[in-house]
Amino acid sequence: MYTNPIDSQDTTGISRRTALKGVGAMLGAAAFAKAIAPLTEWTRDISAEEFVQKHYKELTPIDLQIILSRLEKDTKEQYGADVTIKDHKPQEGVKFGYALNLSVCNGCRKCAEACHIENNHDRPSNQSYIRVFEMSKGSMDMEKGNAHYDRPVPQPDKFYMPVQCQQCEHPPCVDVCPVEATWKEPDGIVVVDYNWCIGCRYCEAACPYHARRFNWTKPVIPANEINPTQSYLSNRIRPQGVMEKCHFCLHRTRNGRLPACLEACPTGARVFGNLLDPNSEVRQVLAHKRVFVLKEELGLKPQFFYFFDV
Amino acid sequence: MPPDTRFLDGMKSGNLQTLVNGITRASFCCLVLLGAALKTAGAEGAGVRSAAVARSTNAILHPVIIKRPAGTPKVATGLTNFHGQPVMALCSSCHATTTPNIDTRASAELDQFHQGLNYVHGNLSCLSCHNAKNYDTLRLADSRPVEFADVMTLCSQCHGPQRRDYNMGLHGGMNGYWDLTKGGRTRNTCINCHDPHAPAFPLVMPVLPPKDRISVPKEPNRKRPATD
Repeated sequence: MYTNPIDSQDTTGISRRTALKGVGAMLGAAAFAKAIAPLTEWTRDISAEEFVQKHYKELTPIDLQIILSRLEKDTKEQYGADVTIKDHKPQEGVKFGYALNLSVCNGCRKCAEACHIENNHDRPSNQSYIRVFEMSKGSMDMEKGNAHYDRPVPQPDKFYMPVQCQQCEHPPCVDVCPVEATWKEPDGIVVVDYNWCIGCRYCEAACPYHARRFNWTKPVIPANEINPTQSYLSNRIRPQGVMEKCHFCLHRTRNGRLPACLEACPTGARVFGNLLDPNSEVRQVLAHKRVFVLKEELGLKPQFFYFFDV
Repeated sequence: MPPDTRFLDGMKSGNLQTLVNGITRASFCCLVLLGAALKTAGAEGAGVRSAAVARSTNAILHPVIIKRPAGTPKVATGLTNFHGQPVMALCSSCHATTTPNIDTRASAELDQFHQGLNYVHGNLSCLSCHNAKNYDTLRLADSRPVEFADVMTLCSQCHGPQRRDYNMGLHGGMNGYWDLTKGGRTRNTCINCHDPHAPAFPLVMPVLPPKDRISVPKEPNRKRPATD
């Protein structure tokens, strides 16, 4: 009687095909486990509420209150500091502008230091939203500047150009964000929802001013150095793995106060105010000084202006 | 939302000091509107300085206070009184008995006192700004006296562009509020930042060196400051 060889093999044990399937499945499962391993580690730090939290713009006032309380509690637990986190909203009829006098800036980096302290930046990395370039006279090309100068300033053949977020009218960082975690507010400030950011760093690559910063590590700040006056979209302590940027100290400026970098400047090089108010100081700069913006040819329309005393 | 009270405390003491100094003296502030607001605040007292002023065109503006020097400077005599405190003397204490020399331009030319004074300020002589008729005051170019507290008037004689920019709010550091409907502002006077005898800013070491890799000078030029 004729017997099908395949049928007969079935009865004898596992076929090669089945064995290969099994090995493939095991390899697949192992690869998948390895691939999601960072995720399991990451979720250890993140609570269920945080994981399901909605985008900032979709939050109801009650949602927001709950989130702010949770963030305050987390800061207390993780950093041992009592802080107040609020949500400062943009003011009607206000559009912020900044101007900086390159004739008097002496490159002391006090502005960067003030930002470092005010905005609860990571201490070990000297993080700050402001980078000061030492520039050769005769060139405005910030790509030729040196941000790592370490000798007494000002040097006679140099000028010094602090660069921070230019709060562009057409911010490329906002265009490239795949999850809309960053956007431009009505008062002109480009903000980041640190809880929505996925840390892809597209915005960092898109910014021609090198204004965005990435939190490679969980910020380290001693409890007694934490600035307790915080805001959801500005200086609350950022989680690891998210982008951040200058927000014109919105927790101060939306309350009418001047930004920390301006108050710290020992030369009075910085001028801040409401671009919609024709009597504001920043409008006086635009009206009476020779003003330029960085990389104007890109057409991003920065709201940060540089001028010289002429 | 409640404002930062630390700042308000500072403002209150600043206001008190200003009141004591006599806020309604000849106006130091050339911003007419702000000057008017300053006087209003002085006249009405501290009552108007609530932080929650409604933002409207008629909102009361908080004062812009320009820091003023404490008054006529005093010089340590090197002596101490029976409380162990240093004895300070007015300029006129010594200068009443000395003969002014219009040609003196550096402390090195003096036999005694003011030794080691760092003086780098154009080609002025001491008596370009100091008043030989009354050393407790300063002297304008037309030889009128001016109080030490009004030093900005003196500086502005030569530094007109800086004064013009100052009046527009473009020169000199400030603290406080950009929005005067929410709070006041304190502005520096000339000598808060500039040493009148050597007004150029001294060299300083920059703080907070960055540790990221943006705009690091190329390796062969590592020790050189410029990259181009």
